[in-house]
Amino acid sequence: MARMELKDVTKSYGSVEVMRDINLAIDDGEFIVLVGPSGCGKSTLLRMIAGLEPISGGEFTIDGARMNEVRPRDRDIAMVFQSYALYPHMTVGRNMGFSMEIAGAPKEDRARKVAEAAKVLGLEKLVDRYPRELSGGQRQRVAMGRAIIREPRAFLFDEPLSNLDASLRIEMRLEIARLHQALKSTMVYVTHDQVEALTLADRIVVLEAGRIQQVGSPLELYERPANKFVAQFIGSPTMNVLPATPDEAGVRLPQGATLDLGREIATLGTVELGIRPEHIDVVDPAQGDIRAKADVVEHLGSDTNIYVRTEHQGGLMVRVHGNIAMTPGAPLGLRLQRENLHLFAADGTALGRKPALAA
Amino acid sequence: MSTLTQPSALRTTGKYAAIGFYLLFALFPIYWLVKIALTPDALIYSEGTRMIPSALTLENFAAVLQSDFLSYFANSLVVSLGAAAGTTLVAAGAGYCFSRFRFAGKKVIIALLLITQMFPLLMIIAPIYKIVASLGLLNSLVSLIVVYTAFNIPFATFLMQSFFDGIPEDLEEAAMMDGCTRFQALRKVVFPLTLPGLGATLGFVFTAAWSELLFALMLISKNDTMTFPVGLLTFVSKFSVDWGQMMAAGTLALIPSCLFFIFIQRYLVQGLTSGAVKG
Repeated sequence: MARMELKDVTKSYGSVEVMRDINLAIDDGEFIVLVGPSGCGKSTLLRMIAGLEPISGGEFTIDGARMNEVRPRDRDIAMVFQSYALYPHMTVGRNMGFSMEIAGAPKEDRARKVAEAAKVLGLEKLVDRYPRELSGGQRQRVAMGRAIIREPRAFLFDEPLSNLDASLRIEMRLEIARLHQALKSTMVYVTHDQVEALTLADRIVVLEAGRIQQVGSPLELYERPANKFVAQFIGSPTMNVLPATPDEAGVRLPQGATLDLGREIATLGTVELGIRPEHIDVVDPAQGDIRAKADVVEHLGSDTNIYVRTEHQGGLMVRVHGNIAMTPGAPLGLRLQRENLHLFAADGTALGRKPALAA
Repeated sequence: MSTLTQPSALRTTGKYAAIGFYLLFALFPIYWLVKIALTPDALIYSEGTRMIPSALTLENFAAVLQSDFLSYFANSLVVSLGAAAGTTLVAAGAGYCFSRFRFAGKKVIIALLLITQMFPLLMIIAPIYKIVASLGLLNSLVSLIVVYTAFNIPFATFLMQSFFDGIPEDLEEAAMMDGCTRFQALRKVVFPLTLPGLGATLGFVFTAAWSELLFALMLISKNDTMTFPVGLLTFVSKFSVDWGQMMAAGTLALIPSCLFFIFIQRYLVQGLTSGAVKG
């Protein structure tokens, strides 16, 4: 049971303010993912929640109780570290039971809980081993075991999967999702990997330069990004952004077609047009909004990524479902799906999408 | 791809020859020390340069053990252990702070510690003598412990700091998340992992204090508080040098150092932290 709330939280190192205006309410049982490029402050925010990093301003509460001055040990939160942080001089079993050992739990209780957790995580045979004798995935499991054995009111994960190889990462991602379903505890998860964010989160918090850019469900972020940063950060390959000029009926591409958005865009100066690679249709060379030449073609099996060069709009990424025959250098026409256009003002704020614009 | 180059016989021989030569170079003085200690007095000059003496005796050792040597030995042990323990304790605390905390004046303190290492000891002997004398600590072992501790702390601090730097901070933080106070995390997680560092520091200071002559000579003049290096000089009299007994005493003096290193060498073995973090 943990409802967390951050109110106007700031973080400064000396006179340098690195985070500000952090306002976030995390509901009980919610899986929140903090995501952003490196250096955006996501780990700092997590460490402030953990109590490992002092909060410079504002207030952080758990279930209504102020936590700013509470020591990490008294917050009743477990944390899984990117480095796993297993105690090298203790066996797997003692690692997992360490929190109970510190709390003074009787030996039998400890052994029983360790055995239970080891069973859940498939570590039964490794309980007497030392961390150095385990593989990366096994260490990760031990780190998770150490967290769940305490039955804390919330879990924090600091990029827990970034040291694992790709296939193991997917496996552990599923395991974390299962863990959340089983325990229904509040979880806060930090990652720079948007796939992890999109697959795990109930809600995603996108951070950049120490500020929250947007909070929302994965689909919300994908469909209605609040600004250009979020739009380009979420989704892979990255959203294409083209300069455009507002027009009576919509927007006009430089030296190109006018896109009818059914409404005049009332903004001064230039705007930017965002379109995801999967929202561009490949049509005959003479048709469509933009003429282009295929430059690099990536066959992924389920999809084909085509990096194209255009005459006036620079390079664009196009993603076509399925496997299509395309050779580099081939001319093609591109049609931008009107219903999936995003518009951004000069400062990057989203002006909405076509359906919203038309309304 | 996996054709391993067989080490050629020549290379192997060369390698062992180099190691052998080094060992010969390093161990020969010790051999000579033991040899002279075991040579009867009468033969020392007559067959001085023979590699193996024609007769062996334990007389020198017996004589040494009946002299004041045992008291020198005990004094040295007290001084060395005291200095080693004191230095390690302070250096561990200071090293931990330098490694983990950011505080005002940290750079200045580190710079000062470094500066203290730049003076030749000879320069500060007189002031130290003056200080110790005015404290009334001349001819006491305490003065030596204090002086040795003070001189070894800077280097030992840097040594300990590098050991603490090698222990990921994540481990302490994990322990604190697991319910430890900072001190508990230090005791239960950091301390066991720092044993190699503590061992190395103890060993380093112990040997330094064990063989220190200059300050011991200056600050101690009474027979009952002499440390072993000073005591050795008593074998040099005005008219002769009692080589046999001097070497026997020297041989015996090697024993504690050897024992100490045998005791701590397992803590000196590194690699204990492997497996803690990503491997």
